[in-house]
Amino acid sequence: MSFNQLYIFVGDLLPFLPDQIVFIFSGLSMAITICTFILGIGAIYTWFERRVLAKFQSRVGPNRWGPFGLLQPIADAIKLILKEDIIPRAADKSVFIVAPIIFLATTLLVYSFIPIGDDSQLGGLNVALLFVLGITSINALTVFMAGWASKNKYAILGSIRAVAMLISYEVPMAVSLMGVVMLSESLSLVDIVNSQSSMPFILIQPLGALTFLIAAIAEMSRAPFDMVEAESELIGGYQTEYAGMKFAVFQLSEFLTPIFTAAFFTVLFLGGDSGFSFIPGIIWFASKTFLVTSILLWFRATWPRLRIDQIMGFAWKVLMPAAILNTLLVGLEIVFLNENYLFQILINSIVVCIFIYLIANILGQKKLILRNPVPSELANMDAN
Amino acid sequence: MSVNNELVTVNFGPQHPSMHGVFRMRVTLDGETIVDIEPVFGYLHRGTEKLTEERTYVQIVTLTDRLDYVASMSNNLAYVSAVEKLCSIEVPKRAKYIRVIVAELQRIASHLMATGFLLQDLGTFGTPLMYCFREREKILDLFEILCGARITLSYMRPGGIFQDTPNEFWSELETFMDNIPGQINELESLITGNEIVLSRTRNIGVLSPEDVINGSLSGPMLRASRVKWDLRKANAYEIYDELDFEIPIGATGDTFDRYLVRVKEMKESIKIINQCAKLIKPGPVRNEDVPLVIRAPENEAYAAVEGPKGELGFYLVSDGGISPYRCKIRAPSFMNLTLLKEMAIGGKIGDLIVNFGSIDIVLGEVDR
Amino acid sequence: MYGLGLFKGLSITLKNLILVNRTNTIQYPDKKASILDLAKNEKKNLILYIIKNPLNTVKSFLGLISITQHAPQHPRFRGEEFSWYEERCTGCASCAKYCPLGIIKIVTDQTGKNYQEGQSYDIETFDIDIGRCMFCGLCVEACPYDALHMGSGFEESQYQRDNLVINVEKLKKTEKKPSHWFRPQLASKKDYSPFDDEVKWDSVGRHQKPTQKDLKNKWIRSDIE
Repeated sequence: MSFNQLYIFVGDLLPFLPDQIVFIFSGLSMAITICTFILGIGAIYTWFERRVLAKFQSRVGPNRWGPFGLLQPIADAIKLILKEDIIPRAADKSVFIVAPIIFLATTLLVYSFIPIGDDSQLGGLNVALLFVLGITSINALTVFMAGWASKNKYAILGSIRAVAMLISYEVPMAVSLMGVVMLSESLSLVDIVNSQSSMPFILIQPLGALTFLIAAIAEMSRAPFDMVEAESELIGGYQTEYAGMKFAVFQLSEFLTPIFTAAFFTVLFLGGDSGFSFIPGIIWFASKTFLVTSILLWFRATWPRLRIDQIMGFAWKVLMPAAILNTLLVGLEIVFLNENYLFQILINSIVVCIFIYLIANILGQKKLILRNPVPSELANMDAN
Repeated sequence: MSVNNELVTVNFGPQHPSMHGVFRMRVTLDGETIVDIEPVFGYLHRGTEKLTEERTYVQIVTLTDRLDYVASMSNNLAYVSAVEKLCSIEVPKRAKYIRVIVAELQRIASHLMATGFLLQDLGTFGTPLMYCFREREKILDLFEILCGARITLSYMRPGGIFQDTPNEFWSELETFMDNIPGQINELESLITGNEIVLSRTRNIGVLSPEDVINGSLSGPMLRASRVKWDLRKANAYEIYDELDFEIPIGATGDTFDRYLVRVKEMKESIKIINQCAKLIKPGPVRNEDVPLVIRAPENEAYAAVEGPKGELGFYLVSDGGISPYRCKIRAPSFMNLTLLKEMAIGGKIGDLIVNFGSIDIVLGEVDR
Repeated sequence: MYGLGLFKGLSITLKNLILVNRTNTIQYPDKKASILDLAKNEKKNLILYIIKNPLNTVKSFLGLISITQHAPQHPRFRGEEFSWYEERCTGCASCAKYCPLGIIKIVTDQTGKNYQEGQSYDIETFDIDIGRCMFCGLCVEACPYDALHMGSGFEESQYQRDNLVINVEKLKKTEKKPSHWFRPQLASKKDYSPFDDEVKWDSVGRHQKPTQKDLKNKWIRSDIE
């Protein structure tokens, strides 16, 4: 049920109420429903992530509270609420308190425009794509607020990294979405889903999807781009001074972002809730999102972290050309190969392979060559 | 427009997720670049060298467990060989074989831990660390069969080892030895080819052969910088002269080579253990003439072994009493820290952590 | 090609995710039991067990049943429940002298019988401060009459440090389950496991404690009389 349906339903049910009150009532109830639902999903996701990560690492994971440890998020929440809420004496108090709230608010806000079913849940905004991009970039600001207000050197270093990184990855991310917008000829997420009914965009523009996925991983600062709160370097990054419920809010938002990224990726490139019609759309959507989240988790379990200059170089030297190339290709194909999807897929796949091969050969090395070590003459036991 | 540029001094440690133990570095940063670094240690100082002066020679074995607490067997071996040199005690052949086996098992355990923590410092979310610890756990189980403890072993005594191996040890060792090469290969294919690891570790913290010799480094740090030097061959103690093994060296002396040398050394250790398990024969394991309270002649002795981290030496001076007059410990971790500054300056914060992780120190040994 | 190493790594972690036997964790003190564990516990066929106990089946599927599990221990384990045999102890305090930390305190009463070898005094105090003990086992090594042994348990945690001191009453009361540490005579004994069996004083020693008659024969020689 979306906001529009609820609005009409309440209006029909209680026709004597003034229009504004019905509007406010249905809007509020819808917002509360979404928030509760999303936070619940987030809580379950924390359990899922910890459990699956443990299996990847051949551990057991949380299994004490409830069946399979499912009540673990509740136990965690109780523990974090009961903890002392510490505000450092040197901290900028108001900013310190406001930062986690804004962080959670922006994270929750973007969820309202993800279309599940015919319409997005809280109002079909016709420039939803732009809106989502704008809202997600507020995160950089909040991270900086948190880091600056903590008056801690690790926190400041973390937040400086965050701003530098999030701003650079914003650019290739936005440019890689241009292809999607050009193909669907709309900025509305609902239209983008509808235009993928015959062919998901990931097949038509694999380069765009890849660029977007990498940029999005960096944007939510998860491994291998988790520079912002790099544990082995900066302890907790901008979260270092946070404790208790404020810390919990940050953590919850961080656990919510991968779900959102996966959902957004599903909408943009995997065709949203479209699929074989004998399975309801919501299940399609959920399973696609789940798949993308699991892949993100798999990356996190396996790969180490890149260094800050390597991350910045990757954004400008690899992702940016890739995103521009993708836009160029899609533009050319729209002009010359109108609606001939199979031909487009063929051309784009070849271009992706050539591009990755070239980039790998220019920027990287072909493969690991282990040089044969030559013993130094200063002290060589074999020589004696 | 001029940018106001100020240097920032940040404390890394003593409480920091990637500081091994309670090490502290006072780092001066220019943005992300390291300008200066000053190591501060002594937070774990327990006065081990002084404590030895009022303990009998056998009691000191328990102190050596607590020096490098991830490689107790090597410490025991180094100490008891110093005492044996001091008092000229004969060691039975079987004891020597068992000592070599446990020392090499300990080397594998220590190198696994070093590799795991290096990868943890690189920013993996604990996965290689857990795999390393899973294998290390099996080695600790073997130690528990041998001597009833897992970390603080107190296994060796001047004149041999405290007690012969139980029967189940050899079958357990065989299962372990069948299993470990596959696990190390798996670990290697998880790490060695990984492009992110390569880009993070190659050409980072390069040390030239001149540097490492001038800094009196030892162990994998030395060998990664192309210096082929190993006490097991250079000063074949115990029975290493009867065994066939290679000394792996690195190609450039960077962080990646230090990791690779450790992995190769683990494979050599496996070779050594397999040879020993074949060669070992039944017999006495402890020189029965050695009393519980040894009264050493007025003399001095230095004995060193190739521990997992480098040359671990004990220098004992005796005044004819039941405890040493002076005991100096040459701790490899402490010596290997010498070149941290040279490795780190000019790099980024991430490089500093990785360089530091590749030294593989244990604070119990650094501060003593 | 560049990038293949990354995917190789992914395949390794996936392998570890799928292969269940890679997990090496021992859950202590209890573990969540599966149906298989429950059926094994009652020594029944799995299908029979499911038919007979449908409630337990559902519960165990939900992970609500836990069974106790002990960490595997080896016979030489140096545990903190010291096994001390009053009958064998002569009060010589070798253990106290040999302890690197000096945490054993022995006070004897000399009114007992005075024989030259194997003198047996009444032991008034035998305090082992296991709060400071490092379980090196040197006291056991030093004991000439095999009276003191390392124990096999390790679950003696207390709320106060004072309670960690094992005194003579406690030592007398403890179940005697000596560990194999430095006691080869126990290891060579067939089927002895320190976790199941209790051992009497007369069967732990390398040599038997001499009887009064033996001592008389040895020390009070007839040719002097």
